[in-house]
Amino acid sequence: MLRGVRRVGKALTTPLHPDDYLSLVNPLWSARELRGRVERVEPVTDRSATLVIRPGWGWTFDHKPGQYIGIGMEVDGKYHSRSYSLSSPPLVEGKTVSITVKAMPEGFLSNHLVEGVEPGTIVRLAAPQGDFTVPEPPPAKMLFIVGGSGITPVMSILRTLDRRDHMPDVELVYSAVSEEQMMFLYELRVLALRYPTFTFHERFTDTDGMFTAEQLDDVVADWRDRETWACGPGPMLDAFTQHYAEAGLEENIHVERFTLQRVDGGDAGGTATFGVGGPTVEVDGAETLLEAGERAGVNMLFGCRMGICHTCDVPLAAGRVRDLRNGDEHGEPGEYIQTCVSVAVGDCTLSL
Amino acid sequence: MAYADVREYTHLTDEEVEAIGRELDEIRAEVEASRGQADRDYVLRIIALQRRLAVAGRITLFASMFPPAWLLGTALLSSAKILENMEIGHNTMHGQWDWMNDPEIHSSNWEWDTTQPAEQWKHSHNYIHHQFTNVLGHDNDVGYGILRMSRDQKWTPYNLGQPVYNALLALFFEWGVALHDLDIEAIRKGKKDPKLLKKQLKQIGDKVGKQALKDYIVYPALTGPAFFHTLTANFTSNIVRNVWAYMIIFCGHFPDGAVHFSEEELEDETRAEWYLRQMLGSANFEGGKLLHVMSGQLGYQIEHHLFPDLPSNRYAEVSVKVKDICERYGIPYTTGPLHRQYGQVLRTVMKLSLPNRRTKDDATPPPKKRSGRLSDEERPGRRSELGRWTNAAASIL
Repeated sequence: MLRGVRRVGKALTTPLHPDDYLSLVNPLWSARELRGRVERVEPVTDRSATLVIRPGWGWTFDHKPGQYIGIGMEVDGKYHSRSYSLSSPPLVEGKTVSITVKAMPEGFLSNHLVEGVEPGTIVRLAAPQGDFTVPEPPPAKMLFIVGGSGITPVMSILRTLDRRDHMPDVELVYSAVSEEQMMFLYELRVLALRYPTFTFHERFTDTDGMFTAEQLDDVVADWRDRETWACGPGPMLDAFTQHYAEAGLEENIHVERFTLQRVDGGDAGGTATFGVGGPTVEVDGAETLLEAGERAGVNMLFGCRMGICHTCDVPLAAGRVRDLRNGDEHGEPGEYIQTCVSVAVGDCTLSL
Repeated sequence: MAYADVREYTHLTDEEVEAIGRELDEIRAEVEASRGQADRDYVLRIIALQRRLAVAGRITLFASMFPPAWLLGTALLSSAKILENMEIGHNTMHGQWDWMNDPEIHSSNWEWDTTQPAEQWKHSHNYIHHQFTNVLGHDNDVGYGILRMSRDQKWTPYNLGQPVYNALLALFFEWGVALHDLDIEAIRKGKKDPKLLKKQLKQIGDKVGKQALKDYIVYPALTGPAFFHTLTANFTSNIVRNVWAYMIIFCGHFPDGAVHFSEEELEDETRAEWYLRQMLGSANFEGGKLLHVMSGQLGYQIEHHLFPDLPSNRYAEVSVKVKDICERYGIPYTTGPLHRQYGQVLRTVMKLSLPNRRTKDDATPPPKKRSGRLSDEERPGRRSELGRWTNAAASIL
């Protein structure tokens, strides 16, 4: 029935979509692109804030705790997008989701989100993604190792456990610069009081120094028995992944990285052509097709620049490309590739 | 006549040509750096206006059995279609709004309210026409393969029918455009890849099907007893849009001052020479703000051809600077009121239906070679600094 209505609607509004007209009445009445309206901006620390967002049509509230969403915001006429972990548990009352953003010193959008967002602002959203999630049912013994704003996906997981009133044996080691900089400090302390099975280790780099993998034995003696989730700065994650690998436990640790790590390109490189008959540039195995396109003066669509949001996807016309993140190769004509994380393997042409 | 070299045509030195190129690059950089909220607000305003006009037109036509409602609905729908094709569709598909990084207003996925599929338009127009502007044998927009628009194109008895073809093209312009990227000439010569042809025909068929279903079946049916009246109103709106689009587009490259080039021009053409060719091959027209909006700012055809992917709402300010460059270097800047420009187009269509020996060439003579400083007589008069730098003034040089 609903599908029939939509088909008639599409026939009436072609080449546009019914939602293009409905969104003139209410900007959230469109499923063409996922959208949301910022309902509230709640300060968390003096440099971070939680954005409570009401998603529009097309949003399903069934994300898994620990997943992230893409958020695109218009600043001076131009959309900028980033990914942030959802800090809210799935299916909360009032049909909103929330993300918690920390303003980074050079983070253009994070500063804007923390300081400049008015309630009522319409933002673009990308569906929840990511496999930094806890299985169902949760393991009996868990450990979370968190640095700085890496707390946000963990918060969503903890809140979900709390809502179900079932807290397994959970240890959280959370390292931040200082008490003032520690997000969700009071909520976490309350959780620790409510559940004897939840232990919260507060670490402040100002006074305690960096939390290192070697200190793990002193803080969580039975870490070897726990399934572990780690989220935080890249070097921290590298250190802990290595520590687990040395103990033969690499299967036990799940990490969430917020920056792109590149694997070395072997025989990658060649030429990239942007649009059939369009400009061609020489590329090496490290320059992504997005970067190469921008160098060639092509106005390429992009979002996160780290392979998450799929805004930069374009169909491949000819040739082969390699995904820098995992080394996968794509060579099917017409296949959409992510230009921001792909390099040419030999000569390739993109359909623009 | 068609010219083989822009530089020789304008009597400029290599250094002067490169200097012009640099100045134009600077204009481009300035606009790129200043694109922002005001530009986005502009395009959002136009899009919202266009969609409201379309809704208002469709609703009004529910009463299309009453002549005043028929007339009003047709007028609303025609303006919506014109705005969509000219100021929104054409410009968005050029990538003028891609900088906003907004997936809903982006050249990669915009589809417009006409029978030609956007993908084919982007090839035949953005690439072929804008890259090879006015180069005979390369730019299919010189007469659309239907009309003889340059004295250098061969005359055949077929051309005697030009006045009729021209009228038909005006009335059914969207259908001419729909078939444009097929490259009828290549098909006739058997050079067209049959697989590509099949794919393109299917794409056109799909698009035509949707457009026809909407305008000629679904909306008329919705209005029930007024079926036939709504159908004629929709048909009329499409015709009005066709004639308007045809006229604006023909005024872009066929008035007297716009010159054609032969293939030799393309050899080793520099970026700066490409700029020059765009300026010499295009013609503006003058008018008020409303006229410019309804023609997708193509009254600034010269500026559009220099910078096809800069936001259209900035062409007016760019034109002041381009005109200044033309004055300083003695390059013709063709412009005039719309009726005069179209009058010249029509005269060319009629004249070129006959063989060259039967008619006189109306083309503006190329600029005269300058010897050092201009004398006072050679300088453009005061009037031109007020923005009336017309063909007439250019021919004084």
